[in-house]
Amino acid sequence: MTNASRKLQSILIGTAVAVGLGLSAPAGAEELRIGYLAPLTGGLAQTGIDMRDGFLLYLEQHGNKLGGMDVKLIIEDEQGKGDVAVTKAKKLVLQDKVHMLIGGVLASTGYALAPVSTELKTMYIPSIPAADDLTQRQLKNFPYLIRTSWSSSQPNHPLGQWACDQGYKKIVTIAADYAFGYETVGGFQKAFEDCGGKIIQKIWPPLGAKDFGPFIPTIKADTDAVFSLMVGPMPAQFIKQMRGAGFKKPIIGGGTSYDEFVLPFMGDEAIGDVSALHYSAALDTPKNIEFVKAYRAKFGKVPSYYSENNYTTAQWLDEALKKAGGKWPGPEELIKIMVGIKLDAVRGPVSFDDMRNPIQNIYIKKVEKKKMFGYEKDELWNTVTKTYPNVSQFWTYGKDKFLAQPVYDKNFPPCKFCE
Amino acid sequence: MMGTQSFKIAAVIVSLLVLLIIVPYCNSFVVLLATRAMVFAILAMSLDILLGFTGLASLGQAAYFGVGAYLTAILANNYGFGLKWDFWLMIPIGLAVGGALAAFFGLFAIRATGTYFLMITLALGQCVWGLAYRWNSMTGGDNGLTMKGGRPQFGIDLSNDINFFYLTFGFFAATLLALYVLTRSPFGKSLLGIRERELRMRILGYNVWLHKYVAFIIAGAFGGLSGVLWAHANGIVTPETVVLTTSVDALLMTVLGGAGTLVGGAIGSAIVFGLREYVSTLVPWWQYVLGGVYVLTILYLPTGLMGIPGRISQWRNSQKKRETTKMASAPS
Repeated sequence: MTNASRKLQSILIGTAVAVGLGLSAPAGAEELRIGYLAPLTGGLAQTGIDMRDGFLLYLEQHGNKLGGMDVKLIIEDEQGKGDVAVTKAKKLVLQDKVHMLIGGVLASTGYALAPVSTELKTMYIPSIPAADDLTQRQLKNFPYLIRTSWSSSQPNHPLGQWACDQGYKKIVTIAADYAFGYETVGGFQKAFEDCGGKIIQKIWPPLGAKDFGPFIPTIKADTDAVFSLMVGPMPAQFIKQMRGAGFKKPIIGGGTSYDEFVLPFMGDEAIGDVSALHYSAALDTPKNIEFVKAYRAKFGKVPSYYSENNYTTAQWLDEALKKAGGKWPGPEELIKIMVGIKLDAVRGPVSFDDMRNPIQNIYIKKVEKKKMFGYEKDELWNTVTKTYPNVSQFWTYGKDKFLAQPVYDKNFPPCKFCE
Repeated sequence: MMGTQSFKIAAVIVSLLVLLIIVPYCNSFVVLLATRAMVFAILAMSLDILLGFTGLASLGQAAYFGVGAYLTAILANNYGFGLKWDFWLMIPIGLAVGGALAAFFGLFAIRATGTYFLMITLALGQCVWGLAYRWNSMTGGDNGLTMKGGRPQFGIDLSNDINFFYLTFGFFAATLLALYVLTRSPFGKSLLGIRERELRMRILGYNVWLHKYVAFIIAGAFGGLSGVLWAHANGIVTPETVVLTTSVDALLMTVLGGAGTLVGGAIGSAIVFGLREYVSTLVPWWQYVLGGVYVLTILYLPTGLMGIPGRISQWRNSQKKRETTKMASAPS
């Protein structure tokens, strides 16, 4: 258990004792109970810890209060499994009577938890799960859901445009074979082909693959670049094996192929690769520098987007609850308030579109080895080379036109230029 | 001997009644866990037919669980089937589809025994997992299928957790009874014979292959039934439902409670759910607790928790024997 959570626990115990003894809490300090779901065991444990730490950092910096309400944070281990997440969510709502649920990592967990929030009429913030349809075609089923992070295809539309601008004509995609991979590749392909590019081949290694030997030789030789979407332990292996196999052309990728979570495990072979996401730890703004330093001093590592998204989630709630007058206004009302709040977040300015997904900057990032923010060692950083400001989940297509097409899938958009 | 048997039956009936009466008054999370544990108990008991009574350790039981669950979700989501009174049709359908899949898999698996049987069932189970994971248009892939229509309603509203608890309890008790009758039948006895000495049964003229095959199908059918219930209990079906871990869980539950006792699977399921889902909300090191329980059981209670009474009487007998030998040897 980390220092922060231990400290928090002692605060919580203190509060509990005070309440138990019948002492009146400080005037106006109502308790806000938050059920927090993150994988703390299993293959996704490190991701879950990053998430939790981001949230805890904000609470700690603000005296364990959000909008003047004392926070009782109950953290449950969802083990990276949808089934378990559902059980834990129900426990949090039914037994601990939490006001809201936050968290989950995988898109599948988001899809598992959203109906629970509807069923139990409890607010749910998928602070990481990026499945497009949570805030698109299926949003109408989830009245208590508001997303503070991103949708899978959101950063990849601008990346497709960017690839065109680089003069790439033909690209091969290689991505983990599951929904998040399909949505990432789909977004990239759509934008890239709309500006004249051609996706000439799509390769789908299984999720969690560590040996890309069977896939690398099949990459078509006439491609200008490769677009990759890797997650978990896959990215470091993929780059190493690609470069080891003598692939000299540019490699670009979806955000999780190069986020700060995997960068420390990568070698110099990743230098020069480009990816797109709504956050980079190398963002050169005073707010971000302050955040990175505080986070690194406390937890000993550079924050990833998992950390930032949860830090910002806490900040957003803080502002919303302030507006609500430091009292729990009920889920509908709080969501209504939250939607209206434009935030100056660590990642840049963020606001909500009318389908409760953030409108935010998308950063095109290049892996570079350098010193940053006064740290002594040369390290890999995601240097921001271009910013697409205020990107919505619908990119430039417009909401109605975008929603008229089906959700990105393995076969959508169809691979017109594949053979 | 008959006395202990009827005592055991009485004990089981009493504990079932206690469960039925107490649980609805517990907090709603406990109701939820009890419901899930009973669904898994059905799965564990179905596996016990193979493991405990036929001597076949299968690592593919999640396959039948999975097809039952996926079929329920697909029919409900795509055709609205099984959400009204036709839920009762889903039960035989679940049994049939689990049985049918087992009938198919059995053709490959039954020819092997021991470790080879374990490997083949594992591989077949993973095939189903692969299908669930990759057949996106049908199974939703990694995202799984959410039961959009909620739980069935036919006069009784099953979306009420307590009603659903009663329903699951009904199926649990019925399964227990059915499998008990089965294992006491001549067919069940012949399975025991196969477990103890297959060669002898063959020499006696039994069609050993067929007996095993039928047992395999019955186990699959009840696995399918538990899958139907799981889809409604959980509200979502994901590849996680069909993955190897689910098969291993079922196997561990059976071994933990005591293979060859039926009730053992239910006890194992209750303990695993209690430790995994409940203790994990209390302490972060719940995995050590669960692991410790497994290791201690294997080391000290190879016959499972249901073996405890037997162990005690064995120990008493040996004490008695020692005393009598002492007394006998004393005068000389």
